[in-house]
Amino acid sequence: MPVESLFARLEPLLARVNKPIQYVGGELNSQIKDWDDAEVRWALMYPDAYEVGLPNQGVQILYEILNERDGVLAERTYAVWPDMEKLMREHGVPQFTVDAHRPVAAFDLLGVSFATELGYTNLLNALDLAGIPLEAADRTDEHPIVIAGGHAAFNPEPIADFLDAAVLGDGEEIVLAITEVVREWKAEGRPGGRDELLMRLASSGGVYVPKFYDVTYLPDGRIQRVAPNRPGVPWRVAKHTVMDLDSWPYPKKPLVPLAETVHERYSVEIFRGCTRGCRFCQAGMITRPVRERSITTIGEMVEGGLKESGFTEVGLLSLSSADHSEIADIAKGLADRYEGTNTSLSLPSTRVDAFNVTLANEFSRNGRRSGLTFAPEGGSERMRRVINKMVSEEDLIRTVTTAYASGWRQVKLYFMCGLPTETDEDVLAIADMARRVIQAGREATGRRDIRCTVSIGGFVPKPHTPFQWAAQCDPRTVDRRLRALRDELRRDKEYGRAIGLRYHEGEPSIIEGLLSRGDRRVGKVIRAVWEDGGRFDGWSEHFSYERWVACAEKALADEPVDIDWYTTRERDEVEVLPWDHLDAGLDREWLWQDWQDALAEVGVEDCRWTPCYDCGVCPTMGTEIQIGPTGKKLLPLSVV
Amino acid sequence: MPDGPAPAPVIQRLRVRYAKRGRLRFTSQRDVSRAVERAVRRAGIPVAFSAGFTPHPKISYTGAAPTGVASEAEYLELGLTDTRDPARVRADLDAALPPGLDVLDVVPAPAGTSLADRLQASEWRVRLDGVDPGVADRAVAAFMAAERVEVERLTKKGRRRFDARAAVFACELDRRAPEAADAPSAILRMVVRHVTPAVRPDDVLAGLRQVADLAPPSPPLVTRLAQGPLDEATGELADPLDPDREAVPPPGGDAGTAHGAAQERPAGTESADVVTTRP
Ligand code: B12
Ligand code: SF4
Repeated sequence: MPVESLFARLEPLLARVNKPIQYVGGELNSQIKDWDDAEVRWALMYPDAYEVGLPNQGVQILYEILNERDGVLAERTYAVWPDMEKLMREHGVPQFTVDAHRPVAAFDLLGVSFATELGYTNLLNALDLAGIPLEAADRTDEHPIVIAGGHAAFNPEPIADFLDAAVLGDGEEIVLAITEVVREWKAEGRPGGRDELLMRLASSGGVYVPKFYDVTYLPDGRIQRVAPNRPGVPWRVAKHTVMDLDSWPYPKKPLVPLAETVHERYSVEIFRGCTRGCRFCQAGMITRPVRERSITTIGEMVEGGLKESGFTEVGLLSLSSADHSEIADIAKGLADRYEGTNTSLSLPSTRVDAFNVTLANEFSRNGRRSGLTFAPEGGSERMRRVINKMVSEEDLIRTVTTAYASGWRQVKLYFMCGLPTETDEDVLAIADMARRVIQAGREATGRRDIRCTVSIGGFVPKPHTPFQWAAQCDPRTVDRRLRALRDELRRDKEYGRAIGLRYHEGEPSIIEGLLSRGDRRVGKVIRAVWEDGGRFDGWSEHFSYERWVACAEKALADEPVDIDWYTTRERDEVEVLPWDHLDAGLDREWLWQDWQDALAEVGVEDCRWTPCYDCGVCPTMGTEIQIGPTGKKLLPLSVV
Repeated sequence: MPDGPAPAPVIQRLRVRYAKRGRLRFTSQRDVSRAVERAVRRAGIPVAFSAGFTPHPKISYTGAAPTGVASEAEYLELGLTDTRDPARVRADLDAALPPGLDVLDVVPAPAGTSLADRLQASEWRVRLDGVDPGVADRAVAAFMAAERVEVERLTKKGRRRFDARAAVFACELDRRAPEAADAPSAILRMVVRHVTPAVRPDDVLAGLRQVADLAPPSPPLVTRLAQGPLDEATGELADPLDPDREAVPPPGGDAGTAHGAAQERPAGTESADVVTTRP
């Protein structure tokens, strides 16, 4: 069946919307493959605006890997802004891909990447615009298989009704495996229709098909059981782990947009996974174990990526980049190599130690030293023991002193508010810390123009972490503590003016909490919010707390549960959690013990440098820690 | 804080004519300038940088066409730290830019000359789908007969009223345009002087609506065909790069300039309404 480009119908609309360039594609390194030559066709979506979605590494990687294969075609689609949505609805233009402007509904698969839960309403909007029935149960053989991936897919239950499938973990290998299953099924003449295809995917054990599982509830609202509803479907679905990052050096040809986007740089993941064991961090728990990319591959990727893109900035990405076993050689090697080329290097630095400053100095060798970021996350030493972010105040002061002494003028400190067991004093301790930072800085430099910015986010308990059982702090308490902190800093004559404070209101975190730890019943809330006009929930100007609360009240009226039940309620050890049948490899008993250790303020080490403490991931997933050093160095380039 | 070495000085300045075609007409000026900066890097063209903590490449633009408008005649100037063959720069820069941003002409700029001074007027082509050519013709006649046509435009500083008539040197219906069988379509060609406040084809269309109630049912497709010095006698726009070509003797025979590309453009890409398809 030939599929026409929608561009001719879209073009007249483009003249009437904001930033039309985001809808026209044509990025450098984007690809348009022949529709009829392809046996399997993927539409990949990042469910946010193009400016946020385009730089997403996950989508770029999968796009490139799929398009490299013969007979496979992948195109991209993003959430359209309300002005465009209105015109598309008026003129009957469906959700389209930006590559060849093909209708999303014409593809075999729609893969959606959820880095955050805040994209759920945008998923519904895209499905609706595409003409794909919202509920998976209403779809026929004509419709694409809708698959979710990304970190939020580790608990896809709130959107389970809208998904045909979800995939946990690294996508590189599994998208190719899924492609093979679809190719075979199509080649055989689509036996058994959509259900058989989903069955083939589900029985592999690596793809979760929500509709093959029934969830039953206890009268009080808790889950009684989640069980497969047909033979051949595994009880638990496991995550995927790519074990040799060097053999997956993507993106090789980064997409370079014409439109302005949030990140204009070539990013290389220098490792995956993190075993520091911060108890609030879902990413650190679900991406274990640590797998480093070698210094040699990193060097080659940076060289190729810059050449292919013309970018002037390189980002070394990971969950804690300073922890790479050869980070010093990488930093020095790249700084040497690109000296004098107006290429800047960036490293999202979060670890609080002096070594990090040395690294940052190396990275800013040719540029300016504006700001350095550290994330102590908790204001008091006690709080940091609870969350297992083992940084002493002395370490922090020593680190910032080094930073100010090496010419940095501004230090940014990240914290969370609303952590389990937190008291008012724990939050006020942030003010003390900031004061000591400024004091140390003034002493080290003899100057008064140094600054410190304190940035605070609300804590949201996440699935597959030791805090998955914790009560989320209610927004009133969070707001009260943050105001007290603000007043405390304002009162300070000596240091107050040198300290900036940035924080968000507590309410949005509650909705994030609802979506993070929700079960299938939350799907009704998401649908109601979307029907009421809810879109772009990651954007404060579009997000409406009142709408979410009102819709939740209506949608959950017949259920024994409400927003509080999902968020501010502590769970006990035996409660069946909505994601218990989804296997991140973490041993449930270990997680519970770590939760108890948190309450007892007992820390846990990093298994990279101490013996394995049996979190369960490696034996369950057949993986192991992969770290250097390799002893290799980055060579200068022969031709720059 | 490290100050770094002083940036290398500009040795050669090049003037570049480029086109914005097909779907790339939706790029804004910022989009274009980012794309050019990256293309210059990928093509290995030695562009000079300004001094300071955030060095900027020395690339300057003159009078860019608005977002959504296609163009065959946009201009920019590059400051290089070394001498390069303009023909090579034309080919390399064109290859490094996405299809639809096409480099047409590159000439060395003699010191002390200003390109902006030569860009006195623009020639525009405006396609109005769904408008009967006869109706458009009468509207244009009424507009040209008027002394003054006050129009309003929403600017960053609020609503502004100004005269759209005086800047229009010529405006007429393009009678060579073939009539489409299914839907009527009128094509206007206009030569508009560069004045302040700028009068753009949009403003002229607002003027046509004002004097003759001409209200096209769909957004106009606008293409800038040329910019340059205006010969008042003939109404023609001269090539603004010609003086540079005459001033600088080509270093190695006729390889010195890279003219000619404008004629080589593939058939069918001269109007905004053609979507560039890529292989
Ligand atoms: C760069 C980055 C950003 C950037 C760029 C975002 C972007 N457009 O990509 C910016 C600054 C904009 C950003 C913003 C936010 N971020 Co952020 N970000 C990151 C960071 C540092 C890297 C992400 C990345 O590129 N990873 C590498 C890629 C390859 O991994 P991936 O996307 O997960 O994709 C792989 C798999 O998940 C899978 N996959 C992905 N999609 C799909 C789809 C299908 C169908 C399949 C089969 C597989 C699949 O395959 C891919 C390859 O293996 C991570 C931390 C980290 N190192 O991961 C945080 C992180 C992802 N961000 C996070 C958060 C919270 C946010 C914000 C919500 C912050 C906020 N409160 O505003 C916003 C949300 C933005 C939005 N609306 O989408 C959290 C996620 C929370 C969690 N799950 O625990 C992280 C993990 C940081 C952290 N430790 O807390 N972020
Ligand atoms: S199983 Fe052991 S080595 Fe592997 S991540 Fe867990 S604690 Fe570390």
